[in-house]
Amino acid sequence: MLELKNVSAGYGTFQALFDVSLEVRAGEAVAVIGPNGAGKTSLLRVISKVIDLNGGEIAMEGVSLNDVPAHKIIEMGIAHVPEHRRLFPRLTVEENLKMGGFIASARSHFDERLAYVYELFPRMKERRHQLAGTMSGGEQQMCAIGRGLMSGPKLLLLDEPSAGLAPVIVQQVFDLVRRIREEGYTVLIVEQNIQQVLKVVDRAYLLEVGQIKMSGSSRELLENDDVRRAYIGL
Amino acid sequence: MDFPLTDPFFWETVIQGLLFGGVLALLSLGLNIIFGVIDVVWICYAELIMLGMYTIYFLYSDYGVPLPLAMLAGILVVALLGAALHYFIIRPILHTEPINQLLVTGGVLFFLQGFATLAFSVEFRNLGVSFGSIEAGDMYIPTTRLLAFIVSLVAVVGLWLFLKRTYLGTAIRAISQDRDVMPLMGVSPGKIYLVTSALGGGLAGLGACLLVLLYDIHPAIGLTFGPITFMVCVMGGLGNMIGGFIAAFIFAEFIALGGFYAEIEWGYVIAFAFFIVMMFIRPQGILGSKS
Repeated sequence: MLELKNVSAGYGTFQALFDVSLEVRAGEAVAVIGPNGAGKTSLLRVISKVIDLNGGEIAMEGVSLNDVPAHKIIEMGIAHVPEHRRLFPRLTVEENLKMGGFIASARSHFDERLAYVYELFPRMKERRHQLAGTMSGGEQQMCAIGRGLMSGPKLLLLDEPSAGLAPVIVQQVFDLVRRIREEGYTVLIVEQNIQQVLKVVDRAYLLEVGQIKMSGSSRELLENDDVRRAYIGL
Repeated sequence: MDFPLTDPFFWETVIQGLLFGGVLALLSLGLNIIFGVIDVVWICYAELIMLGMYTIYFLYSDYGVPLPLAMLAGILVVALLGAALHYFIIRPILHTEPINQLLVTGGVLFFLQGFATLAFSVEFRNLGVSFGSIEAGDMYIPTTRLLAFIVSLVAVVGLWLFLKRTYLGTAIRAISQDRDVMPLMGVSPGKIYLVTSALGGGLAGLGACLLVLLYDIHPAIGLTFGPITFMVCVMGGLGNMIGGFIAAFIFAEFIALGGFYAEIEWGYVIAFAFFIVMMFIRPQGILGSKS
């Protein structure tokens, strides 16, 4: 579904990604793990074209994204749930969801998708008229994922959904991710919480200083001694 | 001093203030939406209104275009001017120091004023349209002022519904809260800024439709309404449209009642003194947030 070939990207003169190649197949959940500053967020940002692609190829379902501007990426079936959730704090939950379904092709499906998101997250229905900025971190994450689903994406990019949340809430967020998977969405997730994320995905890539160092099934990575020593602390 | 509750002139003054407040509220809308969304103050806002007034005047007086059509054209012309102002002047320097945007629109103010003087001369022109007065008890209310007031209220409600109900309106509110995340929603920030600028211009054009009925047109008319519009916005909390709405009525009543007890000039003196005092007490404006 999504394919990256020898992708390089960065911010101005700072290069964040070197020669990154990876693939996400339809129906899969794939994680990109790695330490802080490895370039995980940059990876999702270059897929969304929010940062410039300096080299290589990105393709979605065989169509090159190289010349697609950032605001057209969502029309290619890719929804990006950004780091720190980035909800519109002074819009209500429902207005945030409406923004998720802003693109022309999503508007005629607004009612049905809203009902779907409310069914998936009943809490959001209770809070639909509440300002998004006044909710707890876990609820905001639900709202952010719901907003991502409103465009009817084929692929969902999740950037550190557990970051900044209390341990109990982190567990709930991974349950959310599992449910999204069960709904049949293809997911590319970036996480620092390696042990947890490897339990909900099929495959993973290890990213270190902007380069892919290892890839394999979640089991392979969980059982790899280097990964265990460096990231899981066992 | 007796409180003149039984004096019909007092009540007439209060109502005049209320009606003037409606006009000020409308004038403040466009400036507020531009600031609230793009974070830029159009110092030349009232000069856009001036150009709208000239457009309506010439179409109606010289070309015989029916007044409603001339007004519609005036709104469109100023909406286009607003979009052009953003595209050619603001956009290239949007990411530089905020003071640059202030200075450049200040430059545009004097450019437009100079241009109007050159093109239209300093002559005072009047549309010469009057709808008479409405008599209510012992009071006389000029119909044009009442009309202006009603149009202002309709515009305020219409704008509110647009911002609250439509996708575009929601995007305009969203972009003021987080610009950088907008592309992930499939929204091009540049486009929303352009649309907002056209909307701000359109509101200035609507202001021109009302002012052209009430006042003489001349190249410096912007200086009469520019500062007070700006102060209404600041006192309400720059970018806060509800605050601007309230401030418009406070200002208008100060001016009207000042005129009732002394001369109208005293009304302006008191209103601006009040503004200065308010800047000490509540610099963020009536409904502005602290930052």
